Amino acid sequence: MHIPDGVIGPGVSAAAGVVAAGGFGVAVSRARRYLTDRLVPMAALVTAFVFAGQMINFPVLPGMSGHLLGGVLAAVLVGPWAGYLVVAIVLIIQAFLFADGGLTALGLNIVNMALIGAVGGYLVYRLIFRLAGSRPDRVAPAAGIAAFLSVPMAGLGFVGEFALGGTAESLSLGAILVAMVGTHLLIGIGEGVITFFVVGAVMKARPDLVYGSPTFSGRRTEELLS
Amino acid sequence: MNRKAIGLFIAGLAVTVFIAVVVSQFASDEPDGLEYVAEQQGFGDEADVHDLAETPLAEYGDNLESDSRVSTGIAGLVGVAAALGLGFGLFWLIRSPGTDSADSTR
Repeated sequence: MHIPDGVIGPGVSAAAGVVAAGGFGVAVSRARRYLTDRLVPMAALVTAFVFAGQMINFPVLPGMSGHLLGGVLAAVLVGPWAGYLVVAIVLIIQAFLFADGGLTALGLNIVNMALIGAVGGYLVYRLIFRLAGSRPDRVAPAAGIAAFLSVPMAGLGFVGEFALGGTAESLSLGAILVAMVGTHLLIGIGEGVITFFVVGAVMKARPDLVYGSPTFSGRRTEELLS
Repeated sequence: MNRKAIGLFIAGLAVTVFIAVVVSQFASDEPDGLEYVAEQQGFGDEADVHDLAETPLAEYGDNLESDSRVSTGIAGLVGVAAALGLGFGLFWLIRSPGTDSADSTR
């Protein structure tokens, strides 16, 4: 899911960089409203966990693998805007230390995996969680389903960017859309399973630390994403 | 952090390091979804070589050691340390001032 340099033109890449930087600013100002001292170690640990999880490519089809994106996992555990920062930090480390994801494509990757994956995925989580009855035992299943959907959502982000600024010529956008959504629905199954088990484990150990759960003991930010 | 929180943190960190150093040895080398679609749909050739492709940790340690198990393990450890450090630094900087000190005893 990490876009390399050269696939999306400089204009759209730069625009995505502006959106990603703006999102980072919004995320900092929103996250600081609820991120209390005792949530800091948890948020740092979630960042390390998402990095580790993204290292593990699991086989999906012959000749194709997938890996965790971690946006919904992070957003349900530490809130959508701290979740944005978690995924953005991971992407920055990957691009600069591990040559994974292009440097000029960093904004595109943050838009797809942090903004769409974590914040967008959290909105989907809230919707599913409400439909499921908003009970604590529904947190992990709702997170799993939202995580599953967040992967093709991030894939659609790429298709939109490719439609606006793809450098390759005379390709069928429709075929790319079908291929991206199709493959990432399959990869999303892994995302959903991992998210279900990890969120479920933290719900068992410390339900008071899970931002997306009614058992959360801290403050939540404003209603829009509460 | 109280004792239970420290316990959870250490357990979570142990799982994270295990994933990054040990489970990563078994990760698939096949292209991920986007690379796969790029090749299949004919825009894989547009991708440039990464600007930092020659740095020691590029591609999770490819340039580091002849033994790929060692280099992957080192890359995993360095990445986890970087993520933990950057995460802790940023979240500590932006934390809300002295809010739920009453909660922290729970």
